[in-house]
Amino acid sequence: MSENETVVNITVNGQPVEATPGEWVIAAAERAGVYIPHFCYHPRMNSVGMCRMCIVDIDAGRGPALQPSCMVAVSEGMVVDTTSEQTRKAQDGVLEFLLLNHPLDCPVCDKGGECPLQDQTMAYGPGESRFVEEKRHFEKPIPVNDLVYLDRERCILCDRCTRFADEVAGDPLITFQDRGDQTQVNTFPDLPFSSYFSGNTVQICPVGALTAVPYRFKARPWDLTEVESTYPNPMGDRVVVQASRDQVLRYQGVDSDAVNWGWLTDKDRFAFEATASELRLHTPLVRGTPLGRIDPGGSELVETSWSQALSLAADAIKAALADKGPQSVAVLGGARLTNEDQYAWARLAKGVIGTDHVDAQLDDGLPAEGVLGLPRATINRACTPGGTVILLAPDPKEEQGTLYLRLRHAIVNDGVQLIELTPRATGLSHLAAFRLHHRPGEAAAVAAALMGGDIEAGPDGDIGGTPVSAVAAAAAAIADRADQPLTVVLGRPSLAEPADFTMDAVAELVRFANLLSAGGRPGIAFLPALHRGNVLGALDMGLAPGLLPGRISLADGGPALAEAWGSVPSNPGTDARGILQAAANGQIEVLILLGADPLGDFPHRELADEALNRVGTIVASDLFLNPSTVRAHIVFPAAGFAERRGTHTNLEGRITGQHQIVTPPGTARADWAIATELARQLGADFGFGAPEDVWDEITRVAPSHRNLSMEAIDTSEDGVVAADSSIAFTPPDHATPVPHVDAYSLRLVAARRMYDRGTLLQHAPSLAGLAPTAVLAVNPYDFDRVGVEPGADVQVISNAGEMDMPVVADPGVPRGTAAFGYNYPDLDVRDLVDPDAMVTDLRIQTR
Amino acid sequence: MARLNANSLGVAQEIIARYPVPRSALIPLLHLAQEQDGYVTEDAMAHIAELVGVTPAEVMGTCSFYEMLKREPVGEYMVNICNGISCHLLGSSDLIHHAEATLGVRPGGTTDDGKITLEAVECIAACIEAPCLQVNYRYRNRVTADDFDQLVSELRGDTAKVAPHGQLARVRQHIGDDRRAGVSPPGGQGEPAWMARNPSDNGGSAS
Repeated sequence: MSENETVVNITVNGQPVEATPGEWVIAAAERAGVYIPHFCYHPRMNSVGMCRMCIVDIDAGRGPALQPSCMVAVSEGMVVDTTSEQTRKAQDGVLEFLLLNHPLDCPVCDKGGECPLQDQTMAYGPGESRFVEEKRHFEKPIPVNDLVYLDRERCILCDRCTRFADEVAGDPLITFQDRGDQTQVNTFPDLPFSSYFSGNTVQICPVGALTAVPYRFKARPWDLTEVESTYPNPMGDRVVVQASRDQVLRYQGVDSDAVNWGWLTDKDRFAFEATASELRLHTPLVRGTPLGRIDPGGSELVETSWSQALSLAADAIKAALADKGPQSVAVLGGARLTNEDQYAWARLAKGVIGTDHVDAQLDDGLPAEGVLGLPRATINRACTPGGTVILLAPDPKEEQGTLYLRLRHAIVNDGVQLIELTPRATGLSHLAAFRLHHRPGEAAAVAAALMGGDIEAGPDGDIGGTPVSAVAAAAAAIADRADQPLTVVLGRPSLAEPADFTMDAVAELVRFANLLSAGGRPGIAFLPALHRGNVLGALDMGLAPGLLPGRISLADGGPALAEAWGSVPSNPGTDARGILQAAANGQIEVLILLGADPLGDFPHRELADEALNRVGTIVASDLFLNPSTVRAHIVFPAAGFAERRGTHTNLEGRITGQHQIVTPPGTARADWAIATELARQLGADFGFGAPEDVWDEITRVAPSHRNLSMEAIDTSEDGVVAADSSIAFTPPDHATPVPHVDAYSLRLVAARRMYDRGTLLQHAPSLAGLAPTAVLAVNPYDFDRVGVEPGADVQVISNAGEMDMPVVADPGVPRGTAAFGYNYPDLDVRDLVDPDAMVTDLRIQTR
Repeated sequence: MARLNANSLGVAQEIIARYPVPRSALIPLLHLAQEQDGYVTEDAMAHIAELVGVTPAEVMGTCSFYEMLKREPVGEYMVNICNGISCHLLGSSDLIHHAEATLGVRPGGTTDDGKITLEAVECIAACIEAPCLQVNYRYRNRVTADDFDQLVSELRGDTAKVAPHGQLARVRQHIGDDRRAGVSPPGGQGEPAWMARNPSDNGGSAS
């Protein structure tokens, strides 16, 4: 065999199979349609050969011998026989051994009916056991964390969960303990398996040893119906949604090569509980009296009919249009909807009402033109072996769980070098090639130096708080690998500072894009890791000021779209901040909230509060009442995930399908239908009878989505990537200056945590309690300077306010910086952030 | 009695410095913890995890694999009576019964004064000296009941010249500062830095 041979010819059960060099026999056989039974082998993890179930006759030239097919790589001329008498006898024997200690509690085991051990015992097993001794006994089951139970008696020690924890998640908090016949999987005493990804171990467990709290004893596999769908998170994780008796009971990850590789975060996996919450909205609500009579000035929200609610909303919009014109209507939110929902609302707002005051992001993301104007990367591009990834985003482990897993795998296994350009350490820091942790707001200076600018120290002898030598080394490393793709994971690293700083850094990175892509090099591309389910779809569908569906600006796309829609807004609108400002000034008559909670999410809470007070009519479409929607005048109950058909766009621009498996609660309807009905009341006929009709229109009028048929999206394994954009990135005119930090203050970084006070999380009983309590994290070396002890309860003071909280030592926070969660359930960081200041500096004092 | 004390911590850091990868020091550090407390406490495991950069669960996984690393308090002296086939044929079962009667504990138990833990173990590879036993892993050969009583009284009086459980050697090897630094990671190029500084270590051939 020569070194560069790309095909290895083997024979499996007499059938010729072309395998790739280095491929395991079990994988090559599986591709050829020959299933070899196994328990421990998992295609996304390293082989360990623990269970011995996959032993088959392999003849590599020295005669057939039993070998584990998950540990033997294919070689030219290899002959594999999975049906020989010898193989059959070995499988029979292995199963008898595996069943020695396995309890016969299948009738009460959740795995029964979908259990590989059960199935393979039926198919290959001995039928009866010769083992008459006592099986081993453990306390059963024990919780390994708040979500997962472990039954050690059922465990066959396949090493899948422990390998997952170590290799994939990077949280090796469960291990094999003891040895011999006492070997067991367990955690360290009182140190739970606190991983964001623990639910995956339940999915890959080949027996019923690991079970998830939300699904335990809920259903039998044969009672479940299922449909493949796309979980509405920015990664667009592929899932199977399983339901029984019109209730969603479980999500299982689907191994999509391009996206999530079968993994899900616990937050997403168990969020299905919220769909079935009793607090879901099921009937339209309008303002009324406590006795239930409709009254626009009423103190209560009372149930009403769809026709009543729709006509009240239409009347309010008509009155606003007649009174103050289209500029007095605004739309906020929509980032959690399907593309079809978003398009229908965009058409209603921009084509029928004629307002451009539309924003899906609540000033907590990045400017839409900025994101759509950048060359888009795919996840696989970011993970190209030998490539470089720059992290200019919040911690992916906290915000984009499966992206974290993909990046982690690429760094550990494929030699991808990670350069962190973040204000603090992230979940990937210990794997990063370079940790350029800068002072909050000073990413642009580091980016400029990194990408070929002058590497010159600033006044403090560093570059934006980062050592000059580290920046120089990272710049050299980027240059070294210029032949490989450079991908920037882009997001809003801190909500305590405006997006301007991040966009300044992007401008610096883009400035050198031409240089990087010279001579046929792959150049630079961006993965926008924004927050909220389908936020990228919302930007594509025009739920942003100045944009129209199909990644085109109002100015460029207006004339063409006006033909299809009848009209487009004549005046450009403003973003969420501008909308709420206008509302607070009394210029907005009708505010439409699409699953949005400005009070809870908008960084400037007082402004949101004032805006909601001044708006004449608030119309909301949502799954739940939230602090903002309880103040609405008209509330439409919307259908959620798994309750409607549609498409979803992930951070790559990849469009995949979502499917319905349960009916929405009460009379809740899909948002596209609500928008269509409302348009009808306003005298416009969209002609939409089904989400497919909406998608058809999108493919006709949205330039970036032309010819992307729904059939193609549904039938292709990894969906379809919309790559084109008519928007060019315009760098900011001038860099935003950063104020100097004084010697007694700590500059604030506020980023989201995985578990927070989010509506969906708080309505999922298993997840609601997982949100951590608020602490301020400070570098251990800063305690002396600010004069407090680690762990002390302190008073934190900023220009905007003050609050009491414990302060803890965290070496991941650079000196001079203090880190706080954006969305703790107990304390709200917005009480400290001055929304008009560029940065927030904190002082700490003992109480 | 919990985490490594200041003295052990100094030794621990010296041990870690011997290895290119800190986690290689895991087992030596477990022995160190056992030497400090007589057994490996959970706090010590957590401390070791911090020192070598792994999770406490991984330390537990390693520690629990090895029979000689005790995770529960044991007596100052572990008396392991061999019950392998040679010893058995030469009366080790009687010896174990005698030990049980003398000490008042079953195998696995510790005497009330905390001095002696009795264990019955499988072959300890001294069949030619059967029946044999170990006191803190030091051999006593061809042990009779009288020998055993003699041993127990020596142990109770601390005159047996056996180090307390956990202490592997009377003399600890120390590696000088000039030989410690600059260990090359696996797969690294060239010889370790200390070797260049100390040519006599390298078979005497000064390079």
